[in-house]
Amino acid sequence: MVVFDKPHSLNEMSMHYCPGCTHGIIHRLVAEVMDELGIEGRTIGVAPVGCSVMAYNYFNCDMIEAAHGRAPAVATGVKRADPENHVVFTYQGDGDLASIGMAETVHAAARNENITVIFVNNAIYGMTGGQMAPTSLPGQVTQTSPYGRDVNHCGYPIKVCEMLSQLDGPEYLERVTVNSVKAVRNAKKAIKKAFQNQLDGKGFSLVEVVSSCPTNWGLTPQQALKWIDEKMIPYYPLGVYKDRSAGEDK
Amino acid sequence: MAKLTFKTDNCKGCGLCVDACPKNILQLSPDKINKKGHHPAELTDEAACIGCASCAIMCPDCVIKVER
Ligand SMILES: Cc1ncc(C[n+]2csc(CCOP(=O)(O)OP(=O)(O)O)c2C)c(N)n1
Ligand code: SF4
Ligand code: SF4
Ligand code: SF4
Ligand SMILES: [Mg+2]
Repeated sequence: MVVFDKPHSLNEMSMHYCPGCTHGIIHRLVAEVMDELGIEGRTIGVAPVGCSVMAYNYFNCDMIEAAHGRAPAVATGVKRADPENHVVFTYQGDGDLASIGMAETVHAAARNENITVIFVNNAIYGMTGGQMAPTSLPGQVTQTSPYGRDVNHCGYPIKVCEMLSQLDGPEYLERVTVNSVKAVRNAKKAIKKAFQNQLDGKGFSLVEVVSSCPTNWGLTPQQALKWIDEKMIPYYPLGVYKDRSAGEDK
Repeated sequence: MAKLTFKTDNCKGCGLCVDACPKNILQLSPDKINKKGHHPAELTDEAACIGCASCAIMCPDCVIKVER
């Protein structure tokens, strides 16, 4: 009996991500959920600008590549064109979603747009070589904060789930991570719920996945997973920030 | 008995599977190099594998298939 294999919703192509980058795990979880819900044939994904710009190469469902940060706006159009049949998700990094695309993110959430958003927070602009992101931690060394992020000069990181939870619009907001077997299992549950909510017509569902960028953090893949526990999670606590149907509000 | 199959040429030698294995029976091959130029993951003790799939769950590149 097969207990684990590549999900059908991912194709055979080898992904371009750096060794040990958790983008790959998150792609797989989205694909596993598509398989389990039987929605591969009617799902349309919207890829961002960032390291996952070529996500369209790896998923077996239809994919669109949006201009930087505009994935929720593109997803809105695709969803509204055929709300009964289209299942629509965006896959976005923190630079894409919380910097250049913040307006699209906030308004899609405020409208309770019936889409699923997979938000990969690795506290850095990975693709462009490791510049400071809106989510980089206070004191974090990046290419553009070589002495560490100085909050007096650059301000404070944006906590996307906490911020969006102040809106009446969104249905579901949860922050998870993928730095251990247990965490990956939990992340999958959240992603599945975010897709199921869309199928049930419940509205805007965002899963923030605290992810690693070993290359630009200057760490080995193993050290990067530890760094998530030691540095990222204290600043970005895991949990459900909104689950309207369940009556939960953090 | 558990059976593991590796798509060796997709392995990036990141070692996340090695750390995830509760039985400590995975290693990055000290002598093999795959098409990508990495030392690929391999099993050191087939009989000790319990087929828990922890390695496969942590692999970002879907290299490992687990059967039981
Ligand atoms: C309009 C525009 N501005 C800036 C860029 C440069 N750029 C490319 S990717 C990126 C940010 C990527 O960071 P993130 O979204 O966090 O994704 P990651 O690579 O970390 O997964 C930026 C600023 C661009 N491609 N287009
Ligand atoms: S630069 Fe960072 S986020 Fe991008 S693929 Fe490499 S490790 Fe992953
Ligand atoms: S299936 Fe479990 S025991 Fe076997 S190699 Fe993988 S992690 Fe180790
Ligand atoms: S986790 Fe996957 S890519 Fe990394 S060493 Fe193990 S098999 Fe290779
Ligand atoms: Mg990023």
